[in-house]
Amino acid sequence: MTRFILNGHKVNTAMPEDTPLLWVLRDGLELTGTKFGCGMGLCGACTVHVDGVAVKSCSTPVSAVADKQVTTIEHVDRNRVGAAVQAAWQKLDVVQCGYCQSGQVMAATALLAKTPRPSDADIDAAMAGNLCRCATYVRIRAAIHEAAKSLAGRGAA
Amino acid sequence: MKIRIENVSRRDFLKAGAGLTLGLALPGAERAFAAAAKGPQGGEAAFSPNAFVRIGSDNRVTVVAKHLEMGQGTYTGLATLVAEELDADWAQVVVEGAPADAKRYNNLLWGPSQGTGGSTAIANSFEQMRHAGASARAMLVQAAAARWKVPVGEIRVKAGVVSHAKSGRKASFGELAEAAAKQPVPQEVRLKDPKDFTLIGRHVPRKDSVEKTTGRALFTQDVKLPGMLVAVVAHPPRFGATVRTVDERAARAVPGVLRVTRIPQGVAVLAHDYWTAKTGRDALQIEWDDSKAYRGSTEQILADYRKLAATPGLVARHDGDADKALGEGAKTLEAEYAFPYLAHAPMEPLNCVMRLDAQGCEVWNGEQFQTGDQHALAAFFGLKPEQVKLNMLYAGGSFGRRANPASDYVLETAHIVKAIRGEAPVKLVWSREDDMRGGYYRPLYLHRLRASLDAQGKPLAWSQRVVGQSILAGTPFESAMVKDGIDATSVEGAANLPYAIPNLQVELHTTSKDVKVPVLWWRSVGSTHTAFAAEVFLDELATAAGADPVAYRQALLGGHPRHAGVLKLATDKAGWSKPLAPAQAGKRGRGVAVHESFNSYVAQVVEVTVADDDSFKVDRVVCAVDCGIAVNPDVIRAQMEGGIGFGLSAALSGAITLKDGVVEQSNFHDYPVLRIDQMPAVEVHIVPSAAKPTGVGEPGVPPIAPALVNALFAATGKRIRTLPIGEQLKT
Repeated sequence: MTRFILNGHKVNTAMPEDTPLLWVLRDGLELTGTKFGCGMGLCGACTVHVDGVAVKSCSTPVSAVADKQVTTIEHVDRNRVGAAVQAAWQKLDVVQCGYCQSGQVMAATALLAKTPRPSDADIDAAMAGNLCRCATYVRIRAAIHEAAKSLAGRGAA
Repeated sequence: MKIRIENVSRRDFLKAGAGLTLGLALPGAERAFAAAAKGPQGGEAAFSPNAFVRIGSDNRVTVVAKHLEMGQGTYTGLATLVAEELDADWAQVVVEGAPADAKRYNNLLWGPSQGTGGSTAIANSFEQMRHAGASARAMLVQAAAARWKVPVGEIRVKAGVVSHAKSGRKASFGELAEAAAKQPVPQEVRLKDPKDFTLIGRHVPRKDSVEKTTGRALFTQDVKLPGMLVAVVAHPPRFGATVRTVDERAARAVPGVLRVTRIPQGVAVLAHDYWTAKTGRDALQIEWDDSKAYRGSTEQILADYRKLAATPGLVARHDGDADKALGEGAKTLEAEYAFPYLAHAPMEPLNCVMRLDAQGCEVWNGEQFQTGDQHALAAFFGLKPEQVKLNMLYAGGSFGRRANPASDYVLETAHIVKAIRGEAPVKLVWSREDDMRGGYYRPLYLHRLRASLDAQGKPLAWSQRVVGQSILAGTPFESAMVKDGIDATSVEGAANLPYAIPNLQVELHTTSKDVKVPVLWWRSVGSTHTAFAAEVFLDELATAAGADPVAYRQALLGGHPRHAGVLKLATDKAGWSKPLAPAQAGKRGRGVAVHESFNSYVAQVVEVTVADDDSFKVDRVVCAVDCGIAVNPDVIRAQMEGGIGFGLSAALSGAITLKDGVVEQSNFHDYPVLRIDQMPAVEVHIVPSAAKPTGVGEPGVPPIAPALVNALFAATGKRIRTLPIGEQLKT
């Protein structure tokens, strides 16, 4: 039995401790916004936050998040940075097939939480682990800058 | 029988903070199921004037999309067409996927067949969907006129409001829906003059943006039915191999593994969840029977193709006498271009959900090819096609992979369902490795080109031989699209070369009898290789002639104004006439390519910087597209951006290789795809046009690889003729 805090609520799972967090979220807890893409931490579709840090949940055993705070795409709008990222994504119509975008939003939110005004190089460094086969990268980059601008405009919450 | 998707909306429950241990969210599932079932949970249907539009008394307009949304923006595009003629407010429009029913939802460019592909969605729906909107509008107007007792001609409709100026009366669509349903369906409706368009040609937000940025969009991967089992299959390492013996003991010993069953495709392991099923699958001990397996290797295939390319093939185009003219020029050139197998590698690995009961079979799938899959399943289960119900969900990419005439992964699911006698619904999930090694690749091709130039440098002769497998051989498309042994998809983009060359010969060698790698169309199909061969070789001709590559092309495009138009627009916007700004370090180069595919015309100018260590960066791409009337300009820009990125990915590093029949790649570490730090800045310019719209999902792909290789040549003087580019500049 592994206990952790998921989206602000205590949860526990009886799935084996070496089960990747991704499958605990998707199959055990039925939160399917976090996606399966590669199973090797190579594509980022499974990105969630663990204690605020972007983590590839497909290659993180659930035992590694015991007693930690896990946030998924379903709850990231509770965070002002996450909400700004989602709003920017929608404003610029970033998505195409959309399958990778939960992970992109989570990675971008983690970036902006740490680096409020990222340079293009910061974006490359933070987002290079998140693949998009539709190649929405031009708009991902623009949307991150847009979210940074909107967050700066609103001032510190 | 009615079934319920189990993981209904408990997200709010979670958000509200109720104490819980297991069982959370999936609001999308409930919606998608309701839409598919047209049950009481679905959008209201007070007024359903035709197969494509429903209007509820809640004022919601539901557009039924007959095409798969796999990222290309088709839900937005089809809804735009309906909303335009309906004069709906964009915000009141929602979209749902159509069921499988080729009578109502066939692709008008494919005859009696329902499906999505060939960049046809908007092209075939442009008038059909507008008619659907216009007839619904006419009935709403008739209902308002009858209710208000005023002439039909005095009624106006704007942004979802029906009004009568003289009396000052107004009504929403919802208020008129029930009355409109009682009006006769108009025999004829007049469509708008394009100058009156208020949505077509303007920016409207994508209909799927919110769902896809909040994790609520429902993909096949997300479906969970009551009692459903997840199946993971051990596939043979070689195409055509079968199971000789299997030791299931270790798999069955994995706690939670419920079934292990042999199917023709391999051995399936079933559990309530993916991880357990995959753990079981990985524990299977299987001895494969390779007696009928294909054991070719990439190197050998290329060597065989090279020999074939030296011999005449079947003639796909014959103007003048190329063989003779090749010997008569002032200069002759020869080049060979080679292209690897390519995997589609959509972000959502292949998957399919299926259940079977006494009434029939029901499928949840990113369904790209309804009629083919429906007939394949009906034949497999001994059902009538109408007993096979297909729920079309969002696809997490496809790039052609989910439209397979062989219905491969769909039938694999059916075999598993049948093997367990339909006792539980099954979700087949392929791992990334299954997906990468599962075949149905863009075929490996080799092209041999020869040309001669006259004393002024103008091309006198062009001879091209294409060698590769046929995509259509053995499929239902063979009779229509393979003529005299020539698969149209093998030579499209080559046989219709637009340049004015008096002696032009294109020949084809089809190798499908010998090479048994499963192949399939891959975003832009034949143009994935023909555009490269044509546009790189033409650049080589321009170089030999000492001519500017753009001026050289323009001089040969007199008969093709739309090619010439996009070439001019792209090169003007890129500032081709001015020298490229130098780099702080390294060499810069600029290249161009122009190509028509699926009746859309695209030109791209690529700018690169090559560093001192011969690594390079693609800095900027300027793209011009002529796709007729631009229904959704922002979606068109997005498809050009995405097509450029997709094509660049293959050009830089995409290759599936075989050794003794075994695919050597397995995941994104050895089949690298484009990442954000490799993506250039992209500028897209759309040619204003009054022509009927054509597709944009694919045509952005073909020009990027040749334009890039031409740019690298301009920077370094080194001509790359084999894809992917990889480290070739460094050797």
